[in-house]
Amino acid sequence: MSKFRKKKKGMPALSTASLPDIVFMLLFFFMVTTTMRETSLLIDAPSLPSASQVKKLEHKSLVSTIYVGKAKDTKYGDKYNSIQLNDKIGTPEMVTEFILKAREDVAEVEIPLMTTSIKADKQSNVGTLTDIRLKLRDINALKLSLSTNTGSSIKK
Amino acid sequence: MARRENPEINAGSMADIAFLLLIFFLVTTTMNVDSGVSKKLAEKPPVDYVPPKIKMKNIFEISINRNNELFVDGEVMELKDLKEAAVKFVDNGGGIGNPINGEEKGKECDYCGGDKDPESSDHPNKAIISVESDRLTEYGVYVTVQDELLSAFAELRNKLCQKKYNMSFPELEGKFIDSGRKDEALKAKVKFIKQSYPQIITDLDPQN
Repeated sequence: MSKFRKKKKGMPALSTASLPDIVFMLLFFFMVTTTMRETSLLIDAPSLPSASQVKKLEHKSLVSTIYVGKAKDTKYGDKYNSIQLNDKIGTPEMVTEFILKAREDVAEVEIPLMTTSIKADKQSNVGTLTDIRLKLRDINALKLSLSTNTGSSIKK
Repeated sequence: MARRENPEINAGSMADIAFLLLIFFLVTTTMNVDSGVSKKLAEKPPVDYVPPKIKMKNIFEISINRNNELFVDGEVMELKDLKEAAVKFVDNGGGIGNPINGEEKGKECDYCGGDKDPESSDHPNKAIISVESDRLTEYGVYVTVQDELLSAFAELRNKLCQKKYNMSFPELEGKFIDSGRKDEALKAKVKFIKQSYPQIITDLDPQN
């Protein structure tokens, strides 16, 4: 009875044609979400001091970063005290404007939570920091974080 | 002529290529979490502000000169000895502290382990550490000093926390944060420890 020939059983091959699509989707997701929000540095990448009592900075959107270090462009001199705000070298006076601008993007209730992170080269001078600190205090940006590497700084 | 059929391109290795890219991006994009020494600045004092009188013995004066040398209460000190000196100063407990929690009178420090030297600080909540630095001081040294001071406080808080609650202070804080910052009992504990050794570190403004 050839009519009732036994059907050949067995798993049909699982189509893997859509696998690349899935993986590509993941790939795009990661490519898009991990934005490198680092502004291009106009100063030599600061070699941060190290400290052991560090706190992590949370809420990236509430952090504004000020870089202090040696400017790549030699017209600013070869001292380690150039201040970079956003994408230009500025003066301590411009810190005020920089912070006020950053505040525009933030809801009013969150303004007291805003943190200023200072990434300064360990060879820079405290005077520069003091200038920035006074400007920040003038406009009530009171949370400050001195960016450091983790590790002990003292050779015992 | 026989029609040549286009052989289908094998897409099986496409997944491998995509995975390779995916793994590359996963590995290379290090989410560098920023960390740093956090500081809270004091508010700008009003113009007619008269600073309160503070006894000299309650101030721990640190000054760093432009050659990155350290002076503590007028004497030269090495960086590695700073933490110990700060601990000794804060934990001295030689007198009556500021009233806390709405109490009328301040109490003696009943948790301090210091020498109770009448010439040193009265109470941890009265002990002020002031840091004065020259404009030309190196920033790295300044941060190190701040870090040493913070670790002095960390040590004191840890000691008290260990004694009272049998765990280290970071452990206690971690538990509190894990509870979603809601657990009232833990909150009170954290607050108590922080209040017992408040971090009073001020940066002196440059003198004109």
